[in-house]
Amino acid sequence: MEIVFERRLEPSRLIAVLVPIISVVLALVVGGILLLAAGADPIQTYRAMFDGAFGTPYARSETMVKAIPLMLASLAVSIAFRMRFWNIGAEGQLVMGAIATAWVPLFLLHDRGIPAHTLLLLMGLAAFVAGALWGLIPASLKAFLRVNEIITTLMLNYVAILLLDYLYTGPWKDKEGYGFPGTASFKELAALPRLPEWLNAGRVHMGLIIALVAALLIWLLLLRTKWGYEIRVTGENPEAARYAGINLARNFLLVMVVSGGLAGLAGYGQVAGIAFRLQKGIAVGDGFTAIIIAWLAKLHPLGVLLVAILMAGLSTGGDQITITMGLPAAMARVVQGAILFFVLGGDIFVRYRLRVIRTTGKT
Amino acid sequence: MNALPPAVEMRGIVKRFPGVVANDHVDLTVQAGQIHALLGENGAGKSTLMNVLAGLYRPDAGEIRIHGQPVEIRSPRDATRLGIGMVHQHFMLVQPQTVAENIILGLSRPRFRLDMRTIEAQIRELSARYGLEVDPTAYIWQLSVGEQQRVEILKMLYRGADILILDEPTAVLTPQESEELGRTLRHMVQEGRTIIFITHKLDEVMAFSDRVTVLRRGQKVADLVTAETSKRELARQMVGREVVFYIDRSEYPVQDEVKAKARPLLVVENLSALSDKGLPALRGISFEVYPYEILGIAGVAGNGQRELAEVITGLRPATGGRILLCERDATNKPPRHAIDLGLSHIPEDRMHTGLIASMTVCDNLILKEYRRPLLSRLGFLVQRAIALFSDRLIREFEIATPSRDTQLKSLSGGNLQRALLAREIASGGNLMVAVHPTRGLDIGATEWVQRKLLEQRQKGAAILLISEDLDELLAVSDRIAVMYEGKIMGIVPAQEAHVEEIGLMMAGVIPERRGV
Ligand SMILES: Nc1ncnc2c1ncn2[C@@H]1O[C@H](COP(=O)(O)OP(=O)(O)OP(=O)(O)O)[C@@H](O)[C@H]1O
Ligand SMILES: [Mg+2]
Repeated sequence: MEIVFERRLEPSRLIAVLVPIISVVLALVVGGILLLAAGADPIQTYRAMFDGAFGTPYARSETMVKAIPLMLASLAVSIAFRMRFWNIGAEGQLVMGAIATAWVPLFLLHDRGIPAHTLLLLMGLAAFVAGALWGLIPASLKAFLRVNEIITTLMLNYVAILLLDYLYTGPWKDKEGYGFPGTASFKELAALPRLPEWLNAGRVHMGLIIALVAALLIWLLLLRTKWGYEIRVTGENPEAARYAGINLARNFLLVMVVSGGLAGLAGYGQVAGIAFRLQKGIAVGDGFTAIIIAWLAKLHPLGVLLVAILMAGLSTGGDQITITMGLPAAMARVVQGAILFFVLGGDIFVRYRLRVIRTTGKT
Repeated sequence: MNALPPAVEMRGIVKRFPGVVANDHVDLTVQAGQIHALLGENGAGKSTLMNVLAGLYRPDAGEIRIHGQPVEIRSPRDATRLGIGMVHQHFMLVQPQTVAENIILGLSRPRFRLDMRTIEAQIRELSARYGLEVDPTAYIWQLSVGEQQRVEILKMLYRGADILILDEPTAVLTPQESEELGRTLRHMVQEGRTIIFITHKLDEVMAFSDRVTVLRRGQKVADLVTAETSKRELARQMVGREVVFYIDRSEYPVQDEVKAKARPLLVVENLSALSDKGLPALRGISFEVYPYEILGIAGVAGNGQRELAEVITGLRPATGGRILLCERDATNKPPRHAIDLGLSHIPEDRMHTGLIASMTVCDNLILKEYRRPLLSRLGFLVQRAIALFSDRLIREFEIATPSRDTQLKSLSGGNLQRALLAREIASGGNLMVAVHPTRGLDIGATEWVQRKLLEQRQKGAAILLISEDLDELLAVSDRIAVMYEGKIMGIVPAQEAHVEEIGLMMAGVIPERRGV
């Protein structure tokens, strides 16, 4: 008897639906065993986790708040990936966007009496441009010198993160901040409005609308525009793109303007909608989580929205069990990890299957 | 003693795809130790039927017996265990690996220790025995198509296949290579192996096969013994009507006065370029192509034809010399330049260069046209115009596809080629570089393409036709240039050309009659 792993001949829709469901169930089972081992009641923990993510208006609003930067950063990643530009640098572009957002009200236009909405608009623009410029560095290196973008985008993350740390602990540090690291707050000058009161959406800010509009625009861009067509052709078959006279260098630059800009907007949402200053906790790895989200959503802009919310729920729900269940933070991470592991790993069973071959009789 | 059971018996095989019945209750019986030809128009269901046998598709109905035993083939692995091996229409080799690595890829046999030395020796022995010469340590990307095919065949032999399926093996081979392959196949059946091969070339069916099965639109229409049939009969069975084997160029007359006044649309002067391996592939080539003219390029594959096409279309840099398109300099310009001047290009490697397998038929048809004002406005694609455009091409060029939104890769080999041709003819201007445009097409479609080329010529196009099929070149070209080792050995008017003379030049000999 032999167990083999082989490609499914014709992957069916049923399998495509069943596999993720089974993956999640398995993840919960394995996570449950670990929870039991840690002395916690799995059912209760899972319920606490779900409630912590989606159970109450407060939980839902916190999950959405968490989802906003994930959505924007994942959109950024997915459009670049669509063209096979492996932008691993959304985190850095997000951070540059965050820095630009704070720079406008705190330094550039400080004390000019500019109305809040104009200021907010300019901050958003600055964030987009900053992210785009940060993305253009690896894009130009690839377009003109054929430097591998995976390395450059990855390294530029650390440059951006260190720059951020330097700014709020050094030159931009608030002199009246009682020695706490962080810039002064610009909340009084310009704060991204929250969603209308009647929606009962808590801290959820207009960044959500930006993310939804961005997803819709990208979806339209890919399907309905000349440039989107070129991106798809390049991603599916770069040789054919060259053959068709598509200017790859130009498109790499353009796609990274959009990608970097969107990541920059993720930083904008975090700073102008939540923190109102630069401080610790801006670069929390959303730009990296975005890569997982983009893949899980198969690079589909609307799918990205959904997966980002689930991912955010996993995170807020995980945080919640450390509070309500008194579990160590590491335990929450383990459960989160188990779920991700099974969902990502299960994906392969959509295209492959395990089969037992009986080799009795003839050989 | 009873006769041996047939090696393969397929009964009532049905295979449906969304929108098509590719195999409609097909029966196929192949006797052990014979060469069995499978014949049919593009999209008739030949590859599908063989993919069922090789375990790549599950049939919706029907049964299969191998050497008399009923079997269920659920995967390629099952097929391998039953001794069935298939060489596909589009090769499935891993380019950055060596021949030996490709041959053992996916095998479970050497479980723990890989002894490449022994494996290479075994491969060498197989090579020698069947005359399938190839270096086991060479990398796939270094090999010509013909050599790659030998690797595919060796791969099956190494796995102990005794039923071999070859899907259009000769479509990519030179006539000499095809003949060699024929001898190899003969040798294999003498050893008791069984061979099924798919082809569109009736000469080969007559020359190599013992029996023939003809499919038409998914159904079996004939089972014939080769010795008792004829090319004409086979062609009629296949197409369902009488076919013309060679078209008559005089049906597409061009007035000499018009032609005489014209200036060349494509001028190549002293052109040189390097191959993928960095070796000189073109060494000082010069010629002109005039409007109302088809210039044929003859030559054994690998003598610089592919590089020539790529340099002219801007896909490969020239290292010397000059190209003029429509009297404008086009040397080392980006591909877009040539496209904007109206140059269309049918590339040799359609799956990798000319087409995007994972996108829809419609997306593929607009690849050269989407920038034009009709199909896009203000940066947006005009969906209605695109739908009309692609439906028109599908209809006009008779591309068999369930709809324009079908994924291109589910089209049959010949229909892929039609889609490519449709796009290039519809979007191009007066200039065309066509590399093996009829490769893989059935006889009806081949005739159709040749007519399209002649029509374009009659409208004033200048066409550079690169082909290995001398008969085709003689039938449609005005002049024939022969390439050998990156040089032009001579250019002769097609009407006065002798096959022997061209054959000599293809081998690098300049015939005496013409001096040096
Ligand atoms: N994977 C698939 N999905 C959907 N349709 C398919 C698929 N494979 C084949 N078909 C359809 O089935 C029909 C038969 O295709 P097949 O490839 O068997 O033709 P063929 O006889 O090999 O033709 P050719 O000579 O052009 O290679 C075609 O209409 C094709 O479009
Ligand atoms: Mg086929």
